[in-house]
Amino acid sequence: MANVLVVAELLEGKARKTTLCAVAAAKQIAEGTGGSFDILSIGEGAGAAAEELVGYGAGKVLKADIAGGYICEKYAATVAEAGKGYDVLVACASAYGKDLLPRVAGKLDAGVASDISDVHIDGGKLSYTRPMYAGNVSGTVEMASAKQVITVRQSEFAPAEPSGGTSPVQDIAVQSDPVADKVEFLGVEVVKSERPDLTEADIVVSGGRALKSAENFTNVIEPLVDALGAAMGASRAACDAGYVSPELQVGQTGKVVAPKLYVAIGISGAIQHLAGMKGSKTIVAINKDKEAPIAQVADYFLVADLFDAVPALTDAVKKL
Amino acid sequence: MKILVSIKRVADPDNASKLKVSGDGKAVTSEGLEWKMNPFDDWSLEAALRLTENAAEKNARVGEVVLVSIGPNDEHTQRIIREGLAKGAERGILVEADEGTLDADVVSAILKAIVDKESPDLVVMGKQAADGDSNVAGTKLAERLGWPIINYAMRIKTADDGKTLEVRRELDTGVATVKVTGPAVLTTSDRILHPESVKNGVTPESHEYAKLEVGGRYASLKGIMQAKKKPIDKMSIGDLGVDATKKLNYTKFELPPARSGETTFVADVAELVDKLHNTAKVI
Repeated sequence: MANVLVVAELLEGKARKTTLCAVAAAKQIAEGTGGSFDILSIGEGAGAAAEELVGYGAGKVLKADIAGGYICEKYAATVAEAGKGYDVLVACASAYGKDLLPRVAGKLDAGVASDISDVHIDGGKLSYTRPMYAGNVSGTVEMASAKQVITVRQSEFAPAEPSGGTSPVQDIAVQSDPVADKVEFLGVEVVKSERPDLTEADIVVSGGRALKSAENFTNVIEPLVDALGAAMGASRAACDAGYVSPELQVGQTGKVVAPKLYVAIGISGAIQHLAGMKGSKTIVAINKDKEAPIAQVADYFLVADLFDAVPALTDAVKKL
Repeated sequence: MKILVSIKRVADPDNASKLKVSGDGKAVTSEGLEWKMNPFDDWSLEAALRLTENAAEKNARVGEVVLVSIGPNDEHTQRIIREGLAKGAERGILVEADEGTLDADVVSAILKAIVDKESPDLVVMGKQAADGDSNVAGTKLAERLGWPIINYAMRIKTADDGKTLEVRRELDTGVATVKVTGPAVLTTSDRILHPESVKNGVTPESHEYAKLEVGGRYASLKGIMQAKKKPIDKMSIGDLGVDATKKLNYTKFELPPARSGETTFVADVAELVDKLHNTAKVI
C-alpha cells in the first residue's frame, strides 16, 4: 500500500496543468497498491490553487502559502516535512519539479526517479520506466530507499479528470530553512502567449535554423501556427540564434511534446531534437534536404523550400 | 575565485541511436561509440572558465578551476580530464569508480567529500548527464552541503570575488532572476554559451565572447601542450571516506520500439494537405 503526495505547481496563483499529470500518476500508484493520495498546494496563492484541486479524488488537499517568488530553498523544507507521512512524492518533470524534488528527496533520504514515462506495480512493489540517452534507451528502475520521489513526463501522463466529490483543504505550517537566506528572488519574466501551451497542444509547428531570422518566424511560421490553432516550437539552434525565446525549445533540453501532429519546418533533426518530439502521433517534415535525419521519424516529408511551401500550406489549411 | 567543475564521460551523445542493450537486458552497451565529455558539463566548464579569466587579456587566468571526474581509471576518463585541462582548467581529480556502483546519491556524496577537501567558492555542474538524463545530482549535492542550488543558469554576473552572484535562470514559462550568496552549486542551460552569458567583474563589461554554437571553447595548441604537465590526482571512493550506497537500481534496459511505417514523400503542398486531412485525419 503506497500513500502518495502530489506536489502541485503554481503559476501566478493558479495550478498549472502539469499538476494534473502528476495527479494522474499518483492515482495510478494509489489505486494499484490500495493506497490513497493527497495534494500539496504550495506557494503564493496556495489557498486559491488548493480550491482548484479539490475535485480530483484526493484524500485531502494541503496548502502552504509562501509569499514571494519561487525559490527551491524556500519550499523544500515544507514539502519534506509534509512528505514524511507518505511513501511516494510525485510532481511533474517540469523545470519546477526537477528543481524542487531532488532537494526534497535529499531531506527525506529518498531516491529520485526523474522524468518517468510509466509506472509498474508488481505485488505492491513499484518500478518505473524512464527514457534515457535522449530517448534512445528506456530503463526500468526500482528504488532501494524507504521513500520514493518521482517526477513524471508530462507528455506520457494524460491530465487527471475531475472525479466528483470534494477533498477537504488543510493548512500546514511553513518550515524555515537557513539556506533559503542565501537566495534572494529579484523577479520573474513570464512569457505570455495567446496560443496553446507547447506541452498541451494537439498540434505543434516548429521551426529550425533554416528560418534564418526572427522576422521569418513571425512572417512564415506564425501564420501556419495560427491557421492550425497550434502551439509554436523551435529547435535548439533557432532558440540559440534568438529567433524565438528559449521556452519554445523542443528536445532533450527543453520541452518534450507528443501531439497528434508535429510539423518540423527547416529542422534537420539532430538526435537531441528527436528526443523531444518522436513520440508525436503524426510527424511532418518540410525540408530542402531529403537526406536530413528528420526523415528517420517523419511520416510525411515534403522536399521543398520552406519559404515557398509554408505560405502555400497556410493558405491551403485556411481553405479546409 | 575557485570553482569545482564535475565532468562525466558519456557514450557519444550524437550517436546515441547506435546504442545497444545486452541480451539479458541488464546493461547498455556502447561498443563502437567514442567516449565524450558530457556536453552539459562542457557548457558548465565554459561558464567556469569565463568566471575565472580576463577574456580581454588572452583569457589570462584570475581564478582556479578544478575538474573532478568519477569513473573508471582508464585512458578514456583521463583523456576527458586532459581535454578540460587543455581548455584552461588548472588541475584534475579522478575518483576511481565502477559506473555500475554510481547513482545520483553516490555521486553527490563523492562530490561532497571533494568539496569538503577543496573548499571551492562554487560548484558548476551539467544539469544532467546525456546518458542518464536525470537532473538530480547537482541539487542533491547542494542539499548535502547546505548550499543553494541554482539550476539552469543562462546568465551569471558576479564581482571578481564571486561571493554574490546575480543569475538569470531558465524556467518552462520564462526567466527568473535571483541573487545568490555563495558558496553555491550552479547548473547551466544551453544559453550559457552565448557571448554575453558571463560578467565576472574582471573581463571588461564590453567584452563579447565569440558565438559558440555547439559546445564550449576549443583547446588551443598551447593549452594542449600545457595540459600534459597539469596534475591529475587519483583517488578511490574509500580514500575519501565516502560510504554511500545506490538508491536506484536498474533492472532492465530496452531499446524503444522504432516508429512504425515508412516515410511518405509527398510531391507538393496539395498532396501533403490531402494526406493530413483524409488519411491521417489530423487537420
